[in-house]
Amino acid sequence: MHRNELNSNNNSSNHDNKQKIRNMILRQSYKRRLIDKIVSGFAVLCVLVAIIPLGSILLEVIKNGGPAISIQLLILPPGAIGSAIGGIAPAIQGTLIVVGLASLIAVPIGVLAGIYLSEFASSNWLLPSAVRLFNDVLTGLPSVVIGIVGYLTIVLALGSFSVFAGAFSLSIIMMPIVVRITEETLKIVPNSLREAGYSLGISKFKVTFSIVMKSAKSGVLTGIVLAISRIAGETAPLIMTILGTSLFFTSLTKPIDALPLRIWRLASQPYESAHSQGWGAALILMIIVVLLSAILKFLAQRKGFNVKTSHI
Amino acid sequence: MIYVIIICKHNITNYSRLLSKIGVYAISHVDKQQRRLSPSFSFLRQGKRRGDKIFRIIVIGAACYTLLMIGLVAFSVGNGSKDIFLKEGFVKFLTGTDWNSVEGRESYGVLPYIVGTLVSSALAMAIGVPVSLGIAIFLSEMAPARVSTPLSFIVELLAAVPSIIYGLWALFVFRFWIRDLIEMPLYNAFGKSLPFFGTTPFGLDIFTAGIVLAIMIIPIVSSISREVIKAVPDTQREAAYSLGATRWETMRIAIFPYAKSGLLGAAILGLGRAVGETILVTMIIGNTIGIAAIPNSLFSQGQSLASLIANEFNEASSNLQLSALIGLGAVLLILTMGINIGARVLVSRMVKVSQGGRE
Amino acid sequence: MLTDNKLRDVSLQKASKKVLDEDRDYNEEQEEEQRQQRYKVSIKDLDAWFGTKQALKSIHLDIKPNTSTAIIGPSGCGKTTLIRCLNRMHEMTHGATAKGHVIIDDIDIYDRGIDPVIIKRRIGMVFQKPNPFPTMSIYDNVAAGLKLNGVRDKKLINDVVRESLEDAGLWNEVKDELDKPGMGLSGGQQQRLCIARGLAMQPEVLLMDEPTSALDPLATSKIEELVHRLKNELTIITVTHNMQQAARISDYTAFMYLGELVEYGPTKQIFENPRKELTERYISGKFG
Repeated sequence: MHRNELNSNNNSSNHDNKQKIRNMILRQSYKRRLIDKIVSGFAVLCVLVAIIPLGSILLEVIKNGGPAISIQLLILPPGAIGSAIGGIAPAIQGTLIVVGLASLIAVPIGVLAGIYLSEFASSNWLLPSAVRLFNDVLTGLPSVVIGIVGYLTIVLALGSFSVFAGAFSLSIIMMPIVVRITEETLKIVPNSLREAGYSLGISKFKVTFSIVMKSAKSGVLTGIVLAISRIAGETAPLIMTILGTSLFFTSLTKPIDALPLRIWRLASQPYESAHSQGWGAALILMIIVVLLSAILKFLAQRKGFNVKTSHI
Repeated sequence: MIYVIIICKHNITNYSRLLSKIGVYAISHVDKQQRRLSPSFSFLRQGKRRGDKIFRIIVIGAACYTLLMIGLVAFSVGNGSKDIFLKEGFVKFLTGTDWNSVEGRESYGVLPYIVGTLVSSALAMAIGVPVSLGIAIFLSEMAPARVSTPLSFIVELLAAVPSIIYGLWALFVFRFWIRDLIEMPLYNAFGKSLPFFGTTPFGLDIFTAGIVLAIMIIPIVSSISREVIKAVPDTQREAAYSLGATRWETMRIAIFPYAKSGLLGAAILGLGRAVGETILVTMIIGNTIGIAAIPNSLFSQGQSLASLIANEFNEASSNLQLSALIGLGAVLLILTMGINIGARVLVSRMVKVSQGGRE
Repeated sequence: MLTDNKLRDVSLQKASKKVLDEDRDYNEEQEEEQRQQRYKVSIKDLDAWFGTKQALKSIHLDIKPNTSTAIIGPSGCGKTTLIRCLNRMHEMTHGATAKGHVIIDDIDIYDRGIDPVIIKRRIGMVFQKPNPFPTMSIYDNVAAGLKLNGVRDKKLINDVVRESLEDAGLWNEVKDELDKPGMGLSGGQQQRLCIARGLAMQPEVLLMDEPTSALDPLATSKIEELVHRLKNELTIITVTHNMQQAARISDYTAFMYLGELVEYGPTKQIFENPRKELTERYISGKFG
């Protein structure tokens, strides 16, 4: 039709094109296959690049920390600097206390805020979007800045470095994670469950807790424990809030030690014994944090949840 | 009204949707007709509404706590740093290189630390992003499910390791690998010719910091990249495969162009992580101050915004120095927020593409 | 007693028998070849599975060159699976396998030595939902396959792009807008763009999986017209759930049911005089 009129090419030239292209298709195969193989190889290499450091970290922590673990380490307070006698007991205690207190603050508020975003958000459009936006902003803030905030609000107000300041700072880090996880998990609960509750005349409060939260329980719990394991490893916000000490817990308004801080201090000392204790403390921290994360993530994956605390 | 409520009592789960509509209608109708409601039903209105009202207030309060926290952060950092900004002005603070806390001659400039942060993060991105992409490609396109599930689990485990432990490992183990396997050979080969490699390396420098930061951002960037790649519709892949494209070519023409913004967003989120990392950098970067902190080669010691705060905060000798350190925090804050907002915009743009062209 | 002569006789006999056998084999080969050359696509004993569920059972089908074949049948009968086996797209689905022989131009694409990626370059495929590359212009979409194959000659690419768009019946509508994004076209145009993209690879066989089911009647008729035009140069195999379309566009029709090929023959015969009762019931709308 139109082709012959407009084109100066005639049919035999078209046929030539066909042949040319078919030949090129046959010729190129080897090169393209090679490139494909190279890229595949690169991808595998990348996976190795990620796995090797992880393996090394786990190996070194176990190798160096294992021998350092002893009753002494777990029970005694730190001795004189450089001395081989001493332990990290106050740090273990401190971590448990500070993290526990932070959770006490962050979890109720976080869960309730998550409930708001999931169950009450339809009544308004401004507040939920603002809350979500600022929640996401909070998750991205550097932890050292949160530490500064803790210092300026609590430490200055109370006049001293304190457990409370550390717990407060950690709670600021933890809360947005809990909010996100609660909201996402609650969203998965099918609406028909809620409607069944409402249709029985049950109050929203009861529906939310007895019906919706009950079915989302495991997801929310998983998220909470993952958030806990995340803040247990935080160091920067503790530097300017709890200060660190060699004493056991005295009062909520006094300084306290914590594992990450203690590890940092021990690593900064020039003594072999201190380094060794540091590895031991690292092993304990790893057990608390990584093991907890790993088990929970594994269980969560089994159940179909996909929880990532690294970037929420 | 009466018969509607009776039906609700006989709720069977299968009909819950229908009944719930009736039920909800009944309840809302009750609200609207509060005045016309006979006294015998007023208990419905009373108890539920008060309990739920309180519940509503509590959850809204909890939600507003987030806003309160943001306000607190902004206010305290702003208030705490106002002294140094009032004294020196933004420009001198941001471009100065002194860091002098001697009384009477106090002067604080953060340029070296901005440079340190940027150089170490840039290095982290340069290494971490391609590796993360490779991992994302492997896990989403190449590996069968029984390989990709445990592997992705392992990669995520990298994210669970606290940064203090990265620091410990880097300080006592990794930096020797880097120094001996990478830095020394590079120095010996190119030290004279390229200024990048001109300093005698001994492992505690910006280079090592950049590499460990790269490892730390791999879990974030690779997992988001993976999700972004998964979000590309299969029809696109099939179109490429039907043209006889190899796996890599399919990625090149069908997947990457489609997922471009999302992948960029993932990378920028990784950047945010690298910029904000404190304790690892403090332990590895060498901790120099002032003009010496501006690196003149990859193997120089340096200092980042976050690491300086961690180093000096508790030892600050004057209020002005403290204010300067909080000023560092303010710069870090603005930098991180900008990065995160940028990432968010990019990822949401990709979602728009995937929701279709003009039809 | 074995004498030299006898031995000679025996070996002669053996030799002549061998020659006779060879001759007979040769003749058989010749016949087989001739038979195969009559068909462009020859499907033998094709089975396909999704995991453990068998989707195709022992399919035998011979398709002549430069014809249009329609594959019809109720949903789930395996017609899409069959067509996806013809260019080895089927096994790209997770858990899917196929076994058998599909001989296209003397090459069994299921042969062990054949790279499934290369096969797809010789066979064009068009999908149910148009899938142009959204980030590429119209020109780049059509040229995508060529560029992948290392064609650099600008003039050659221009010529082929134009030819393909003309063959797809889209040239006049887009000739001034070749730089515009492919996604900006209407559904019917996008589908013709995808057809042009496939045609640019100069395939000899074109597979179409329900190409018009997502399109309006006008766009549908444009594509049907295209099939009529192209079948003189290509072997076209179309899966369709629309019987009237099958009757309109095809020379031969294959009717499938529950993974088996029930009947295959000239379209006129299938629709007017089906040999199997099942076919007749489907044609007259009694099920499916």
